[in-house]
Amino acid sequence: MEIVAEKKPKNDERKAVRVSGAEALILSLEHEGVTTIFGYPGGAIMPVYDALFDHQENIHHILMRHEQGAVHAAQGFARASGRVGVVFATSGPGATNLITGIADAMIDSTPVVCITGNVFSPLLGTDAFQETDVVGISMPVTKWNHQVTSAEEIPDAIAKAFYIAKSGRPGPVLVDITKDAQVNEFDFSYKTCEGIRSYHPVPALDNDKLKEAADLINKAKRPFVLFGQGIILSHAENELKAFIEKTGIPAAWTLLGLSALPTNHPLNVGMLGMHGNYGPNFLSNESDVVIAVGMRFDDRVTGKVSEYLNNSKVIHMDIDPSEINKIIHADVPVLGDAKESLSALTALVNENSHEEWIQRFRDCDKKEHEKVIKNELFPTAGVLTMGEVIRIMSENAKSDAIIVTDVGQHQMVTSRYSKFVKSKSSITSGGLGTMGFCLPAAIGARFGAPERQVIGVIGDGGFQMTIQELGTIFQTDIELKILILNNHYLGMVRQWQQLFFDKRYSATEMVNPDFQTIARGYGIESKKIEKREDLESGIKEFLNFKGSYLLEVVVGKENNVFPMVPAGCSVAEIRLE
Amino acid sequence: MNEEYTISVFSENHVGVLHRITTIFTRRGINIESITVSESEIHGIHRFNIVVSSTEVLMEKVVKQIEKQIEVLRAFFYPLDKIIYQEIALYKLPVEAVQNGTSIEHIIRNNHARILTVEKDFLVVEKTGHKQETQALFDELKPYGVLEFVRSGRVALSKSPQRFKDYLDAPELGKRNTDEEVRELAENN
Repeated sequence: MEIVAEKKPKNDERKAVRVSGAEALILSLEHEGVTTIFGYPGGAIMPVYDALFDHQENIHHILMRHEQGAVHAAQGFARASGRVGVVFATSGPGATNLITGIADAMIDSTPVVCITGNVFSPLLGTDAFQETDVVGISMPVTKWNHQVTSAEEIPDAIAKAFYIAKSGRPGPVLVDITKDAQVNEFDFSYKTCEGIRSYHPVPALDNDKLKEAADLINKAKRPFVLFGQGIILSHAENELKAFIEKTGIPAAWTLLGLSALPTNHPLNVGMLGMHGNYGPNFLSNESDVVIAVGMRFDDRVTGKVSEYLNNSKVIHMDIDPSEINKIIHADVPVLGDAKESLSALTALVNENSHEEWIQRFRDCDKKEHEKVIKNELFPTAGVLTMGEVIRIMSENAKSDAIIVTDVGQHQMVTSRYSKFVKSKSSITSGGLGTMGFCLPAAIGARFGAPERQVIGVIGDGGFQMTIQELGTIFQTDIELKILILNNHYLGMVRQWQQLFFDKRYSATEMVNPDFQTIARGYGIESKKIEKREDLESGIKEFLNFKGSYLLEVVVGKENNVFPMVPAGCSVAEIRLE
Repeated sequence: MNEEYTISVFSENHVGVLHRITTIFTRRGINIESITVSESEIHGIHRFNIVVSSTEVLMEKVVKQIEKQIEVLRAFFYPLDKIIYQEIALYKLPVEAVQNGTSIEHIIRNNHARILTVEKDFLVVEKTGHKQETQALFDELKPYGVLEFVRSGRVALSKSPQRFKDYLDAPELGKRNTDEEVRELAENN
């Protein structure tokens, strides 16, 4: 798919100039329209940083506090902007620190290009200082990776890296450049990559399959759309809306599909998955035709696979052939880019409405509201709930705010209760479930969408996994809102211990430091809220403050996220309490 | 039930492709019984032959994961009856083994094996065939004191009339799209 670049790549061919490999790398990045890099220098990448010094007007390098933070920031940047995130890191520990972020980007299909320096090529494999086999280590978690040992190879490797990272199903790539390749000189010229013979990023649309899909949809009594991040990645938000509005089909989203369809759209019936809404889970198995678009049937979505969609015909639309029949048998696979596929399919389907079927979702909503939502969002006594904090935050945030979450209870609550009107407004770690994702990803999102308000919602556990990135906020002087929901526990693990391990709270209680003192050390305004009467005014102050602000809200220690599909159970066994 | 499958992979000849392919098996806990890699009929394109014991359902998924690798042009999988295959084995014997009578000569003749070299202290016998054939010869030679034995991985050709180059030349035959196509290919092959 096309990734919109802010800066158009320059002319492909230009007069060759004699430069070092490091200079060639920076020029190549400029050709790819790169304006922002997240990184951390070190011995093996010093020539690159030296070359960067002369290009500071065009390329803004953000010095992170840890390489893992650099990848998460690049992910946040990519997800907020639709552009490719770029990372610099040195060899050895610099490179290995990237791995968690790269694995996260791989499973969540985020376009990221990581550049690592390595030792002089004759030293490869000799256990030289800070030498590690980063190409070998990163291979299972990259879409593509490559080691460059001569300066001449740099332009082509970079061109290929960007092409691969952003085309088809996006993903992370890594280019490792040895120090001799960085320092040697050669005649530089650049040509963007337009294709690779062994790589077919977008499968051609199959009209027969589309017709079969349309037939199924036209005859369906209880059709149901499940959509994922594929909608956002292929810019198919309008096509999805047009499709469901014409057919009158209710649509539910995966965690990463959140914000692709406005929350208040009448056909948006809510969130799929373990902590999703009651209706979309409970009614999945009553649907007769499921149209799954740009989603991969993660186990958190399907619950027990052998008891999932057994009465439905499944139309699976995806750009990646390896997703078809991976988990759920597709009766009609439709390969291709979601934007193209959906608009072609919309042309073939009849106008329709499914009022009775949609009423079933509304009935489920009522039940969920009574049993769960009412008490979670509008409690009048007792401890503060995560839900009421998120409700008030969402009501007072700018309508196009980007909400970045970490992993755990707060993530599920924020995804369930935040309201979104604009796409690319929710950024979270889905597939890998990486605690510590939020803070650096929110920093990246801030650079990816500087005109938008960015709010990071984090638990007390995840915050302390990448807390060092407060230093990046301090140094770059960006405006970022950090909302810590502090329950003094690793809440999601504690919830499982309560429900499935007989309340044996093994290693989940957190003795936390004073977050205000820490924030102050980084020059970040901060406040702690413990009482309901201070909540709304505290959140307003937090959101309206000019500059970064860390708001800590102390919430109930033993509150649980419901509904819940217990692991190993069918989605129909979803529990409301 | 597990069955023996031979997977043919056509890839660019780049550093690391082997690692990318083998991790797909490692991650799913599939043991590779044998693997051979060498240049195919097309210069610069390498052909892998990978033998595993698995199920058709898993093979479909694994082959799609292999094709997903950027440097892989195509990958196919075949059950045993859809391929012509061969292995090669070398046997190093002490030279005394041939100095006492004619039995070794009979064994070599009967097995359609051949002697590659005779040195001062040893000779090397070569036999091509299926594993059970090269194994049978090994069992027969064992009493004569086999000093060293080596058997290659499988090389296999499909029974399909299609040439690999046709896939490469016809863009519409690019990487396969659906499982129906996979099955069609498997049936035609």
